[in-house]
Amino acid sequence: MREVVLFSLVKIVCVIVPLLVMVAYAVLVERKVSAFIQDRVGPNRTALPLIGQIPLIGPFLVRLGIFQPIADGLKFILKEDFTPQHVRKVYFWLAPAIAMIPSLMTIAVIPFGSQLGSQQMVIADLNVGILYTFGIVSLGVYGIVLAGYAANSKYPFLGGIRSSAQMISYEIAMGMSVIPVFMIVGNLRLNDVIAYQAQHGWLAFPFMAPHQTAESYWLWPFTLLSFAIFVVAAFAETNRLPFDLPESETELVGGYHTEYSSMKFGMFFLGEYAAMIAISAMMAVLFLGGWTLPWWGLNQPAQTTGRGVLQIAIFLAKLLLLMLFFIWVRWMWPRFRYDQLMHLGWKRFIPIALANIVATALVLWFQSAPVQ
Amino acid sequence: MIVKRTNLSFWERLYLPAIIGGFKVTLRHFFRKKVTMQYPEEKWVVPEGYRGAPYLVKNPEGRIKCVACQLCEFVCPPKAIRVTPPGPPGAPEVGNIEKAPKEFEIDMLRCIFCGYCQEVCPEEAIFLMKDYSLTAETREEMVYNKEKLLALGGVHHDKICKWEQKAAEAVEQGVKP
Repeated sequence: MREVVLFSLVKIVCVIVPLLVMVAYAVLVERKVSAFIQDRVGPNRTALPLIGQIPLIGPFLVRLGIFQPIADGLKFILKEDFTPQHVRKVYFWLAPAIAMIPSLMTIAVIPFGSQLGSQQMVIADLNVGILYTFGIVSLGVYGIVLAGYAANSKYPFLGGIRSSAQMISYEIAMGMSVIPVFMIVGNLRLNDVIAYQAQHGWLAFPFMAPHQTAESYWLWPFTLLSFAIFVVAAFAETNRLPFDLPESETELVGGYHTEYSSMKFGMFFLGEYAAMIAISAMMAVLFLGGWTLPWWGLNQPAQTTGRGVLQIAIFLAKLLLLMLFFIWVRWMWPRFRYDQLMHLGWKRFIPIALANIVATALVLWFQSAPVQ
Repeated sequence: MIVKRTNLSFWERLYLPAIIGGFKVTLRHFFRKKVTMQYPEEKWVVPEGYRGAPYLVKNPEGRIKCVACQLCEFVCPPKAIRVTPPGPPGAPEVGNIEKAPKEFEIDMLRCIFCGYCQEVCPEEAIFLMKDYSLTAETREEMVYNKEKLLALGGVHHDKICKWEQKAAEAVEQGVKP
């Protein structure tokens, strides 16, 4: 028992610390990618006193902006933490924490590697993994709504209201888009979802399998549709750009975090990016095979430490590609109008997701029926 | 005015053409040459006729061209210029040939770079040059005095050598010391 607790603590530290570092660097990537898309060069000045002077590699790192997150973080901490007179103090202080915690908690059930030694590379191997995730993710809206309510002024209030409506609508579509996955896999445990994909090919791309089978191609249209709905709903859930209505700087000043400054604002920022990482990890696990690759036996749990580390690297690579996709999309499309958002959510995605469940069930039924 | 909206086709309503178009445009820009100028290291080429900071100029002999007529001080809309005229005796080394300001100050914090001083100057002694980012740590430093303005302004090479003519006349009349 004591060992389990100890290893869990070690794993928690080993996940949370890299996660926060990834959040910091996600911000840097966001700035760099946006700059490149807009024909700019992005942050390229911040340098640590000694590292910047290393020949060749030092100036390159500086131009890459590697040290920028340090400056950004310091700025958040050192800025004046201003609390306006008119806010509801308790909720005002509570909201940033509530916005941040759910995204960190989601990470707990994500299998980020197969195993190192005898340890499974997941903090909590729950047999109801996905239900837990959806439960926690839906808590994320409370932080934003509470921030909007606590600020006690009109723009944050509007942002909070929009956010609650948006997140509730898209959570339905998201939950329904995942049901076919579990009907196919037959289990809610995320490790089993990965094990199924290692056998039968990734759910979004069945050709990523050690041996091609006709069965998985029958299901491809439906899993791909699930994947598409899940991706769009993920954008809405994390308030990313085609659906960033709660924030919408152009109309609501800053949306729900208008009244926040300093580290309290930083917490919302951190929460947003942590949520992006969490939802990207979910996508990688549910549809893109998690830590597996179909070649060189990498779809089996690792026997040696080296392979274990390699599989963690594979998972991180998938995660980074998905994050890059998230960031790229942000600089591509304008925001949806509010009625378009609701129209898309309720009149398109929810019916399609429902039909998808039925269709998947039918295919599975035909497949399992005994051959006459 | 009522704008008639065209109905989108089914293909367009799937958002897919817009999505593909977005990917294409952003990808193209991602690899395009960047337009950012690394400012303090590189500076932009100031165009001809640019109105930067006003400085005083010397004639080719190295003498100040300003005759302390104070027209610029009078015309200056934000009252950034202050000219202290030499007073009745004039400068001792040149006698009564031509006046020159005892002190000439431009407060660069007040200056609006309108160019009226250059336009009004009968002696072509003040010009708006191409300097644009004037900085200092105190307000006092931003008030440029005569020496500084002359040093920054340099020599103006014009064809009319008014001073030579005047000096010759002065020698003729015996008023040059």
